[in-house]
Amino acid sequence: MVMTEEGIAAGRAAVPAPAPGGRARRPRRWTAEAGWAYLLIAPTGLGLAVFYLWPVLQTGYFSFTEWGPFGGHEWVGLDNYRALAADAEVRQALVNTLLFALLGLLGIPLAIVFAALLNRPKLRGVSVYRALFFIPVVTMPVAVAMVWRWLYNGDFGLVNQLLSVFGVEGPHWIADPATALYALVAVCIWAGLGYNIVVFLAGLQAIPREFYEAAEIDGAGPVAQFRRVTLPLLSPSIFFVSVLSVIGSLQLFDLVYVMAGSGQAARSNPAMPRIQTVVGLFYDKAFYTNDRGYAAAIVMALLVLIVVFTAIQFRLQKRWVHYG
Amino acid sequence: MAESRAQGRMAGTHGTLILGAAVMVIPFAWQLLTSLKTLTNATRVPPTIAPDWRWSNYAQVFELLPFGDQFLNTAVVAAARTAGQLLFCSMAAYAFARLRFPGRGLLFGLFLSVLMVPPALFVIPQYEIMADLGWLNSLGAIIAPGLFSAFGVFLLRQFFLGLPRELDEAARLDGAGPLRIYWSVMLPLAKPGLLALGILVVLASWNDLFWPLIVNTDPEQMTLSAGLASLQGQFQTDYPVLMAGSLLASLPVIVVFTVLQRHFIQGIAFSGNKS
Repeated sequence: MVMTEEGIAAGRAAVPAPAPGGRARRPRRWTAEAGWAYLLIAPTGLGLAVFYLWPVLQTGYFSFTEWGPFGGHEWVGLDNYRALAADAEVRQALVNTLLFALLGLLGIPLAIVFAALLNRPKLRGVSVYRALFFIPVVTMPVAVAMVWRWLYNGDFGLVNQLLSVFGVEGPHWIADPATALYALVAVCIWAGLGYNIVVFLAGLQAIPREFYEAAEIDGAGPVAQFRRVTLPLLSPSIFFVSVLSVIGSLQLFDLVYVMAGSGQAARSNPAMPRIQTVVGLFYDKAFYTNDRGYAAAIVMALLVLIVVFTAIQFRLQKRWVHYG
Repeated sequence: MAESRAQGRMAGTHGTLILGAAVMVIPFAWQLLTSLKTLTNATRVPPTIAPDWRWSNYAQVFELLPFGDQFLNTAVVAAARTAGQLLFCSMAAYAFARLRFPGRGLLFGLFLSVLMVPPALFVIPQYEIMADLGWLNSLGAIIAPGLFSAFGVFLLRQFFLGLPRELDEAARLDGAGPLRIYWSVMLPLAKPGLLALGILVVLASWNDLFWPLIVNTDPEQMTLSAGLASLQGQFQTDYPVLMAGSLLASLPVIVVFTVLQRHFIQGIAFSGNKS
């Protein structure tokens, strides 16, 4: 929003004031305006059609086919979907992915608290804090995963070393089926916190100070102000972040791929069944075992999942999101 | 009284924020310290904190991986994708924001629909295209799909819509055509938007794992993300070297972000509060 204001200010300075009393001339219609428009749109339009729109339809088609070992595929009707419905591995991956999505939402209240703290008037060092919180957001996920793999190491990891100070013997976090999923959720929340804080901070800064002053005159304390003023006015940002968070978690891949190992290493990790995600399973089937028809059916199921969840969120938003 | 209470609250705020910031930063500090230790010292219980200044861990990264090549690959891919998106997206965004033509709403809706589809739905056919072209294991394969972006069009269109119409109408009165206005009026005004999109594309491209992992399996043609990911499978116990490698790979983007923080944050806040 700041950007737009800057742009508008720059624009105003450059526009000559209209001559007083003079009737504004209407701009002439361009000949072939539509032609220029199509020409300008063409590169992106063709690129999106070839690499994105057509592939979606193709993937849909592939989900009804079976791939031979030497390429080539044949139509098998609903076979992949029948196999999918009976596949315990797929079901487990769906459950894991849903858990990642739901538990990931716990990062939202945390981000709101930090954003509210950063929004306090006369606070010094806001940009420093913001930069520090943002480092994990800009760090390569592969690097993040490696660092946490090391921190979570059962024998020498910093997490367990710190726990041992309190006499607690920590588990092998990402190799233990009981803790792996939660350990990964914590990393997801940690890595996304800075992004969410920035969105919430922008939302908070858009709330006029007068609203708080009016609430204070009405005798509302900090908690009441937060509930009656901040939360309702921040609800569009909360909605935006929760939709993005769920869509992102449903597609989780990088962290699990690096932290739990890939290929053979993944197969030997006892916690793998508890953290394998839908996209991870898709990658495995499509590019490791080259079972592309089945892989296509898996991502079609993911698409349905994302559409359903987003639709639910949009439906629920009427109950709690306030657009000023 | 009231003043000291306000001071106390401010101290509490800083205390909480410092605690939060510490949780954000300590993993990276530990990464740095580990990267400069011998394996023996890194795996000591209880741990030593002081590093051994073992810089050879960094040299070893270059022996385990064609790190220089991969670094260059990553930079070339990021530069190509950014240049492509800035040009193509701004062209389309200008047309959608300012020109009138039949099918505008329909086409824009089609563009937006791409945003809602998870990338996993694109990759099998994209892989087939690259295989048919004979591009597998080349930088072209990593770059090509990333030259086009529905998100970029959406972001820049929003930005163009925020610019005052009087400007291009004035240029129109002076006889400028659509191309002139796009190039000489709109683009210069859109610099903050272009910068924000550019930073977002560089970041996404530099950190991308999924697609590079799929199309390029030859280490010489990999980007850093995929290269590092391959490293952890083989040498999963030499943590000091892994920490050195992951630090070297992620540092450039962290530095760029810190320098351009203001624009970057604006880009995020902009896309987060406008859509």
